[in-house]
Amino acid sequence: MRWLVFPVVFVVVGCGADAPPEETGPSAEPGEELSGGETTVHDTSKNAYSLSARNMTAERRSAFFVGNSFFKENWVIAPSSTEGRDGLGPLFNARSCSSCHLLDGRGSPPDDPAEPLVSVLLRLSIPGTDAHGGPAPEPTYGGQLQPRAIPGVLPEGDAFVAYEEMPGSFPDGETYSLRKPIYTIAAARGDMQPGTLISPRVAPVMIGLGLLEAVSEEDILRAEDPDDADGDGISGRANHVWDVVRGAASLGRFGWKANQPTLMQQTAGAFHGDIGITTSLFMTEDCTDAQADCKAAPTGGTPEASEKILGDVAFYSTTLAVPARRDVADPGVLTGKRHFLELGCGKCHTPVFHTGTFDGYPELSGQTIRPFTDLLLHDMGEALADERPDFKADGREWRTAPLWGIGLLRVVNGHENLLHDGRARGFVEAVLWHGGEAEGSREAFRALPAEDRRALVWFLESL
Amino acid sequence: MTKPTKRTLQSVALASAVAGLLTGCGSDPVTNGAKPLSEDAPPVIAAYANLVHGSYVEAIDETASLNASLAQFVAEPTEARFKAAREAWLLARDPYGQTEAFRFYGGPIDDDDGPEGRINAWPMDEAHVDYVAGEPGAGIINDAMTYPTIDETTIAELNENPGEKDISTGYHAIEFLLWGQDTNADGPGQRPYTDYVVDMGTAANQERRGQYLLAAGKLLLQDLSSVSAEWAPEGGAYRASFVALAPEEAVRRILLGIGSLSGAELAGERMQVAYDTKEQEDEHSCFSDNTHKDILNNALGIQNVYLGRRGQVDLPGIDDLVRARDAALDARLQKEMQESIEAIKAIGEPFDQAILGDDTAPGRQKVKTAIEALRKQTATINEVAKLFGIQLNIEE
Repeated sequence: MRWLVFPVVFVVVGCGADAPPEETGPSAEPGEELSGGETTVHDTSKNAYSLSARNMTAERRSAFFVGNSFFKENWVIAPSSTEGRDGLGPLFNARSCSSCHLLDGRGSPPDDPAEPLVSVLLRLSIPGTDAHGGPAPEPTYGGQLQPRAIPGVLPEGDAFVAYEEMPGSFPDGETYSLRKPIYTIAAARGDMQPGTLISPRVAPVMIGLGLLEAVSEEDILRAEDPDDADGDGISGRANHVWDVVRGAASLGRFGWKANQPTLMQQTAGAFHGDIGITTSLFMTEDCTDAQADCKAAPTGGTPEASEKILGDVAFYSTTLAVPARRDVADPGVLTGKRHFLELGCGKCHTPVFHTGTFDGYPELSGQTIRPFTDLLLHDMGEALADERPDFKADGREWRTAPLWGIGLLRVVNGHENLLHDGRARGFVEAVLWHGGEAEGSREAFRALPAEDRRALVWFLESL
Repeated sequence: MTKPTKRTLQSVALASAVAGLLTGCGSDPVTNGAKPLSEDAPPVIAAYANLVHGSYVEAIDETASLNASLAQFVAEPTEARFKAAREAWLLARDPYGQTEAFRFYGGPIDDDDGPEGRINAWPMDEAHVDYVAGEPGAGIINDAMTYPTIDETTIAELNENPGEKDISTGYHAIEFLLWGQDTNADGPGQRPYTDYVVDMGTAANQERRGQYLLAAGKLLLQDLSSVSAEWAPEGGAYRASFVALAPEEAVRRILLGIGSLSGAELAGERMQVAYDTKEQEDEHSCFSDNTHKDILNNALGIQNVYLGRRGQVDLPGIDDLVRARDAALDARLQKEMQESIEAIKAIGEPFDQAILGDDTAPGRQKVKTAIEALRKQTATINEVAKLFGIQLNIEE
């Protein structure tokens, strides 16, 4: 491959001082490529999501190494020689965090309708709420479908997805097709309660999460507009969810419906539900009363993941760096950015935040970050609705997804399957699925000339 | 409207080829009047390819000897033959440990479909393979209903469930079958050789256990051979493409391999984790207590790459390129690499005893010293990359 011509291009792009004057007007903002502020890592390889905050000291990186190990390596069946890593299951979705967050990236539904879901899980609940206002678990299967089990325990069954193509076209005649997912569950422990609510959730990318935790509550709540007082068609509500450590309702920030208040609880919840590993936050195995075999299975300790291991995995999840943007001064990218803002995408995909002081995380405090999310819930319309409430989030609401790093998804994970269930094949389809509060922006996108639609995609690819 | 000057990431190869040059704003490679890499790096790159190939060949030879030992033992299990098989396994680990310096840049060993996971994955799902404490009927070996035949094909398939890896193959599977679970505070596993004595021996399914042992050995040899073939001087596809890369990119991969092994993998994953958790068996060769050798061989592998050295043969190495540009930096890195090796040797064996106690315990202090030495050399490897104008993202 002849690539030697490129360095010249980069030196021009990368150094403001040498950049030629722009003909198309707008130019990049200073520091715009530093999506994660001083934590930003310059990497465009498969490892782009897997590096630590660049401003972290070497001493602190030890905890990152340990957390990485327990994120990446398999948990094994107890009892095992490797006592620190045993206690898998009894029921589980995966043996390691990285099974679904491959290379710290994003999961995807399989293309083959006969292949079971692995890195997309199904949340289950019945109408009503639990004691803390959260979803009420399905009596037999609990809060999520766990397709795997250790020997001697019956797995809960597999889920499959097939798609129905829905053709459409832009006003200028260019055609597209959206795929509507249809889920089937081969339930292994008998029928679910009639009226069970099911919601698919893709394993999300792990980058920049600590920076989102470092944004002050005031800054997030300031953007709420539950009754659309300013009349722009966009409301935005915060989720308030149960914080098991504080024993109180707290602002929800993480997860597709902002149903987790902190990365510590998110981490412990994933250990508990997805891998079957108990921690100090969730001390009992995730077995329902209907699952005697699950309750009788051997455990790998009480809890199975020590406080230190849980803390280090949470530290790791908190400090994964955000990769820098590419091509920020490229005229096509700048045109795409202009459309992104003019269409109103930035009203929910907030371009810039300034983090506050995050106790225990000096590298994440006081940073200017560009996550492209407001962390609030928005009604995204009928077509995307899962009809499953989650604390304050109703069945049509989703948390605005952060967009930073999204342009490297194909490099890291080899796909561009977007949205909460991976139904969208690439950026254009993802935009076209936006409804509800985003309907106006979507229609404005559809009405753009083809080259401007392409420019918007270039902008997203540069993130 | 102008089309972007370059479509972002038209290909990963392109992206990584230029990644090293992306951020060098205003900091042109410091060459101190030395030649550009394109002039003096090609012999070093070719020598590296020879080093890689030769190292895998050595790993293959030792694994073939191991397999011969396993075959003799399974044919007629005796205590002496069991001991010989264990010795052969220990000998086979040494050369493989040195090849790990060739990982972490998506080469044949660990690209998307590379066999690294089947060769060296850890931790083992012991109960997935054979009986464990309190579970006499556990594992593939004891489940003839589900797994009527045990051969290299069946165990390879078991390791390849989509998105999930049941670790049931490779060096550590063989190690588990030779030593058994290590539940001893002060010694390796104590599996009796009679586990393989058909009909008369200990545990059930002795014949199937022997079949598993042989199948794991055969699969390991196959996997090592497939990697080695990619690097062969004649007809090695990856080797051909590697030596044809732009020198900056080939050197970047070489440095990424040793830098990643030195820092995140060896100092971090393999030492810091055990140091921090004090988990006795949180170590790669936990059944045989051979981890001290694993660590040492990794460090020797890094040094081999830097010096361009295999055994007694000194080929052109990265050290020559550094010396031509910054002799002091070369001297410092050589010294640091030697210090890491000495610090690792000083830990003694077994590693799983050294990590115990409080932070003033001599063993723990020695482990900590070795970790720090490795991290220091990692930072210096990063300096070497900067000297060539290459951006390396490694965890120091």
